Amino acid sequence: MKYALVIYNNAEVLERRAEEERRRVVAGVARVLERPPVTAWVRLRDVESATTVRFEQGRTLLTDGPFVESKDYLGGFIIVETESLDGALAVAAELEELRGASACAIEVRPVNEEPLVGA
Amino acid sequence: MLEQVFRDDWGRVVASLVGYLRDVELAEEAAQEAFALAAERWPRDGVPANPTGWLITTARNRAIDRIRRDRTLALKTEQLGRELEEGVEETMDETATFPDERLELVFACCHPALGLDAQVGLTLRTLGGLSTEEIARAFLVPFETMSKRLTRAKHKIRDAGIPFAVPSDHLLPERLDAVLAVVYLIFNEGWGGGRVDLSAEAIRLGRSLVELMPDEAEARALLALMLIDHARCAARFQDGELVLLDEQDRSLWNQQQIEEGRRLLEGALALHGSGPYVIQAAIADLHLREPRDWAEIELLYQRLEQVTSSPVVTMNRAIAVAELEGPRAALALLDRLDLADYRYYHSTRADLLRRLGRNDEARAAYARALELTLAGPEQRFLEGRLRDLCESPE
Repeated sequence: MKYALVIYNNAEVLERRAEEERRRVVAGVARVLERPPVTAWVRLRDVESATTVRFEQGRTLLTDGPFVESKDYLGGFIIVETESLDGALAVAAELEELRGASACAIEVRPVNEEPLVGA
Repeated sequence: MLEQVFRDDWGRVVASLVGYLRDVELAEEAAQEAFALAAERWPRDGVPANPTGWLITTARNRAIDRIRRDRTLALKTEQLGRELEEGVEETMDETATFPDERLELVFACCHPALGLDAQVGLTLRTLGGLSTEEIARAFLVPFETMSKRLTRAKHKIRDAGIPFAVPSDHLLPERLDAVLAVVYLIFNEGWGGGRVDLSAEAIRLGRSLVELMPDEAEARALLALMLIDHARCAARFQDGELVLLDEQDRSLWNQQQIEEGRRLLEGALALHGSGPYVIQAAIADLHLREPRDWAEIELLYQRLEQVTSSPVVTMNRAIAVAELEGPRAALALLDRLDLADYRYYHSTRADLLRRLGRNDEARAAYARALELTLAGPEQRFLEGRLRDLCESPE
């Protein structure tokens, strides 16, 4: 099955992190991303670079910043293919152990692979 | 007779169908149809030579029929889809045997990706064969709530790909703990609320676990613990009133259950078990022996404290300490604990204060315990204690 590991970061935790520590985490994460269960991944730039788009009262509305204002923000996605949920949970657990900050978290969601019917 | 076959076979049939269909909801519906058909046919045509095999084959065929009617579902289960293409339908083979897949089902139902409430309900439904209505009643929640909870859990097992498998060695200890915790929670729910049915249900589940995992000391010890506790259930109440262990009529104790529990505990110790259930079963056993060996009980609670670091265990150790060193030492131990919302903490404290003659404080502690206790025998017992204190001078 395919799963998305939805990576949440915490701004305060990351700001406090020393450069050396940051490098260690990144190197560890890079090694995990090279292993077979990972089929794709995306890193997002920080939330300050976000633009939010809405459609309201017949016109497009743009706002500077993320949709949800929070100390916790979406940092990226990793797609893994494993036999069952346990395999995906194991990858997530390994990443969280590497990151080692309790304020960050990974949400594991199964990918919906059913064809998009409609139109 | 039929009802007994049904009760015993439900878990086996559902498990086998989940293994085949990979969908708990479909499996349950198909099983229900097969059981209904059996209830109709068996009294008329006689019970088949292999009732379990008959039920599984019939339910599989029912499921295939259902999926044929709803082709979109067939896309979800590839293997089944292929079989449908090939037009496979199983013919009734009286000698066919199906592997017992209940263990795979237990581990799926008690997977930590499901909430504890859902784990408990699902285990009772799929393995215990209790109806959603019965489970709702047992846990004092509305039918709708329980029904939604179970449906959501069944969908999550399917959609999130919760494995239908016995966990690999490195995950097994942790996952087994979760399974045992669910069974013990069911047992305690029946115990505290005086709803014996749930306790009996937990013992049935416990027996299945021992049968399925004969080498697991903790599974054996959990069953031992439940049997030893349950053996006293007839003596725990007299005319609807709570009777404390020391005042119980021992002739009402179920000796057979106690002996079975002790044999199981010995078996767990022979397997070099030293986990929390082994320790708790050993403590439960010691409590039934006369005179009570409080020193040994205190020692075992110390070990349990090291394994679980639970304040409730420390509280129970304090009760043993009260017997060994007196209520003052026990009270000092209790004062360090953060259990302000736990009713037994306050009733234990109240009893120690009463024994020290600190009646005002004892009254306050009984009153706090009462606030946390639901109507019933436990409440009446505490009220009795409080009344006695109010009548005695300070």
